[in-house]
Amino acid sequence: MTDDKGIIKEADPAVLHNLLRTMVLIRIFEEKIIEVYPMQDMKTPVHLYIGEEAVAAGVCAHLKKEDYVFTTHRSHGHCLAKGSDPEMLYAEFYGRISGCSKGKGGSMHPVDPENGILGTTAIVGGGIPIAVGTALASRMKKDGRISVTFFGDGASEEGTFHESLNFAALKQLPVVFICENNFSATTSPLSQRQPHENIAKKAGGYGIPGITVDGNNVLDVYDAAKAAVQRARQGKGPTLIECKTYRWKGHVGPDCDHEKGCRPMEDLNKWMKRCPVEMYKDLIINKGLITETDYMNLVKEIDAALDDSLKAAKQHPLPDTKELLKDVYYDKE
Amino acid sequence: MPWTKVYIDKNELKDTLAREGLRGLSYRDALKEAQEQLLRDDESVFLLGEGVDDSGGIFGSTLGLWKEFGKDRVMDIPIAENGLTGVAIGAAIAGMKPVFIHMRMDFLPMCMDQIINHAAKWHYMTGGRVNVPLVIRSIIGRGWGSAAQHSQALHALFMHIPGLKIVVPSTPYDAKGLLIASVRDGNPVMFIEHRWVYDYIGYVPEETYTVPIGKGIVRRPGKDVTIVAISLMVYEAIKAAKTLEKMDIDVEIIDPRTLNPLDEELIIESVKKTGRLVIADVSCKTGGAGAEIACRVAESAFDYLKAPVKRVNFPDTPTPCSPSLEDAYYPDAETLVESVKGLF
Ligand SMILES: Cc1ncc(C[n+]2csc(CCOP(=O)(O)OP(=O)(O)O)c2C)c(N)n1
Repeated sequence: MTDDKGIIKEADPAVLHNLLRTMVLIRIFEEKIIEVYPMQDMKTPVHLYIGEEAVAAGVCAHLKKEDYVFTTHRSHGHCLAKGSDPEMLYAEFYGRISGCSKGKGGSMHPVDPENGILGTTAIVGGGIPIAVGTALASRMKKDGRISVTFFGDGASEEGTFHESLNFAALKQLPVVFICENNFSATTSPLSQRQPHENIAKKAGGYGIPGITVDGNNVLDVYDAAKAAVQRARQGKGPTLIECKTYRWKGHVGPDCDHEKGCRPMEDLNKWMKRCPVEMYKDLIINKGLITETDYMNLVKEIDAALDDSLKAAKQHPLPDTKELLKDVYYDKE
Repeated sequence: MPWTKVYIDKNELKDTLAREGLRGLSYRDALKEAQEQLLRDDESVFLLGEGVDDSGGIFGSTLGLWKEFGKDRVMDIPIAENGLTGVAIGAAIAGMKPVFIHMRMDFLPMCMDQIINHAAKWHYMTGGRVNVPLVIRSIIGRGWGSAAQHSQALHALFMHIPGLKIVVPSTPYDAKGLLIASVRDGNPVMFIEHRWVYDYIGYVPEETYTVPIGKGIVRRPGKDVTIVAISLMVYEAIKAAKTLEKMDIDVEIIDPRTLNPLDEELIIESVKKTGRLVIADVSCKTGGAGAEIACRVAESAFDYLKAPVKRVNFPDTPTPCSPSLEDAYYPDAETLVESVKGLF
């Protein structure tokens, strides 16, 4: 990444620093999961986001705390980028009562209402219409919030995706659709599931803007999201942004796909050379925004903080079995 | 008979198979062999589903089949369950025999419209002129924090829908025989598996055979109490029976194998003999298969009951993630033993 299209000059330096911080946070947060997972006491299926960090970071940089975000089974990056507390997430993954969902949801079902995350579904495509619904509520309540829904290329095949785009376009709702096109759904390649690989084009049929960006280039994502968020805030309706990217790990769990005979190692190597964190770090060092030492310090600081979060999370108690029967229904008391 | 008996002790099974010169096969491989033979014998059969041709091969049950039959007949599909169910129905009414495979039963709610409003009713709505030979395989998940959306067992929902057949094979022998029967049946069949029995081994003949849909089986004869055990619970019931035997309680275990049509006669005959009934299922209690079975017994054999009918189920909550809650959630042989003891 050398060309920043003038974004660096224009943007607030604090924002630019934060993009890096968020990506590093997500990366190290998940690297720690990979470290502890073999101990077999984090009993939740983990869908790792490593390699795709630029998408969450670039989009969430434009969001206010009260804006809604809907994530998927691959939830960690979006939650962290939206401001969720790492300890509360780790605690959830360890099934602790102090976890964000009281240990009832695990990695696929985080919730953080204070940060605009009203719940997470692991049913592919399930969250897309729900985000349209929160956008509808914002419109009705005139609360000025916008909704963002992250989902994969696979989800763009579900009926819910198409029904949601149609309705959101019809009502010009304040919602941004972010498709993370990593070219695979579990192990199935995009070419085996869709007639062409331009998911953004689907927006055209609904008369809304559809933009394709390099999902590994955080400034590209940031730039496209800026316009989309603005449109949404100004009541001009939804946008679909397709971020082309790649997940480094397998669909679920800490291993890489080539270890299981799925996607070839060459693909991974190619994409690792385009590491979103490294590319952006190099760029802003180049531009004199930070130094290599600043970066090292940032990594050290985040690493230490996450160590603490992880350790603390593990100390928390498991839910008492009485919890099992609670929360099935909402109770006014 | 080795094809009806369920062995908990692996060595006992091995010895029996060796002694009688029979072949043992896992549930997973029994399913695969059934599909392989169906694909080979009948050109109208094809498999479709997310990941049927990948390196996991639906937990191994379709692994590598695409190599022999090609990717048109072992077809990976977009993540679009409802639409693709309709596509499968369309293919079925036009003369194909699709087997639509879902890695988790939790994805079936995506297809409810096509299954309930279309597949189930088509034959009736068309005055019997057009049938839907569609099999929908789905697998009940469990454990490792699978949580609320990856471990549901929804067979009872489908029991409520006339026009659907529902099979719940628990052994490798039945998995193969019932799958072949389902594909040849001509009706929409919900073929419901449990992930935890995939590794279980049992006698499976090499040739093609069918197990009749609608016929249950006595897994263990007994005289004091009947346990109707569904899917994985068959194994828990066998373990429970061993414990109860030591307490001088002789358990009869019935594996219904099919929930619709239900082998009512077999269950009623057993209850008439034992006078006591416990129904063990791998799903939540309210409105479950157990309720239907209990009611049928109350309708036909009320006078024979010496004790109230009991059910062993999951509590009426979604599945939790946390290991401490998961442990509390799932009933096992011990739960069954306690339930049975309460009847005496
Ligand atoms: C309705 C539904 N069908 C199937 C699945 C199983 N499944 C879980 S994730 C996944 C692939 C999703 O791919 P994509 O939307 O591209 O997201 P990614 O995992 O690549 O981030 C599938 C098929 C599911 N959870 N929900």
